[in-house]
Amino acid sequence: MAVVELANPSRFLALAERLLPWLAGAALIGFAAGLLLVHGAPDDYQQGATVKIMFIHVPAAWLGMAGWGLMSVAALGTLVWRHPLADVAAKAAAPIGAAFTFLCLVTGSLWGRPMWGTYWVWDARLTSVLVLFLMYLGVMALWRTVEDPSRAARAAAVLALVGAINLPIIKFSVDWWNTLHQPASVVRLAGPAIHPSILLPLMVMAFAFLLLFAALHVAAMRNEILRRRVRALMLMQAQAAPGSRP
Amino acid sequence: MSPLVALFVRDVRLAVRVGGGGGIGVLFFLIVVTLTPFAIGPDLALLGRIGPAILWLGALLASLLTLDRLLAADHEDGSLDLILMAETPLELAVAAKALAHWMTTGLPLVAATPLLGLFLNLDAAASAAVALTLLAGTPALTFIGLIGAALSVALRRGGLLLAVLVLPLTVPVLIFGVAASNAAIVGPLPFGTPFTILCALTLTSLVVGTFAAAAALRHGME
Repeated sequence: MAVVELANPSRFLALAERLLPWLAGAALIGFAAGLLLVHGAPDDYQQGATVKIMFIHVPAAWLGMAGWGLMSVAALGTLVWRHPLADVAAKAAAPIGAAFTFLCLVTGSLWGRPMWGTYWVWDARLTSVLVLFLMYLGVMALWRTVEDPSRAARAAAVLALVGAINLPIIKFSVDWWNTLHQPASVVRLAGPAIHPSILLPLMVMAFAFLLLFAALHVAAMRNEILRRRVRALMLMQAQAAPGSRP
Repeated sequence: MSPLVALFVRDVRLAVRVGGGGGIGVLFFLIVVTLTPFAIGPDLALLGRIGPAILWLGALLASLLTLDRLLAADHEDGSLDLILMAETPLELAVAAKALAHWMTTGLPLVAATPLLGLFLNLDAAASAAVALTLLAGTPALTFIGLIGAALSVALRRGGLLLAVLVLPLTVPVLIFGVAASNAAIVGPLPFGTPFTILCALTLTSLVVGTFAAAAALRHGME
């Protein structure tokens, strides 16, 4: 099945129904494997067991940023290629990305209290991620305020593309500024700076989170398509009601 | 007179005659600066330290509140449809409108800064520094706000949504504007570093804001 055939919402719904149990199951297995590896991972010599917050904090951060990246690609799909399901993908991704960004901020804050002595600091990394979270809330508000879904889709697409400038700022904030947040340890030119005994559980947890994102996203896209069908049916019913036409 | 110049002159004339622009923006700026000592307390030393930040926040909020006048009024009386259908490229048209908006709203804020600096215990050099950074930064606020105005142009209750969309994008302008002001007042950073970044942000927003607003208008109007 080519990607272009998925533009048909009914075909996508059929695929989603088949795919969703597998994605959910795979995510469960991924988390089971990941948590097992996390349990077996060594404690940090300085931070002790607290370092294991990283196995939730870092994947949540990656997925929060990936969510906005997905919205930007979907925005191109809406504005440039007029793909019928691109805006459904964007609308479905926004709350999930916002939730992961929020999880990243909260776990980071809880990690910062014992490690840095503070729940929050206004350094470049934390500030730019907070701005990302606010932009997520803004785009969700925009979706809900414009009533016509296709007009809302185009407006949200423009906003997603404008906000995409924040993603490289977040990524390179720890290099460009003096931050309390540590510099890049995994995605660097020189390769990961983490020992494999901690890198492997991190990657497995990241993959499990990715499967969770995919499952939630497919389910949310299915729900959005069904929601639009309900709206269309309600509109048709209102038009067919006696006395509604002059 | 070319259509672009005519559009620019029209906007300036409307802003000056109809009001809701420069005058009330400066008045709001004044009120915000006046409210701050009530909230913080009259400690002059503290006010002097955070003076540039208060002035920048006041200018940001004053710019924000006048933004819905930029496009919504034209949408209501149908002029926006005419602008969209005209031969003049939409990007140039919105840029001309934004420029007129900045001249009638942003420039008065810059002009009011030295007086308001007095209320916040800023000496002449400090007020001048803040005014210079505002002069470089208020166009960025207008053009970034243009994006939000274009996105929310057809909404009836779009006012707060406009603020929610625009404010996260103006955070870098605010950061570097205040950094440049503080660099000029107390150092130790050289003034040039944050100031040139502020100018770069303004120039970038001139381009990004124009194109994003034109795209939003084109796709958003039925």
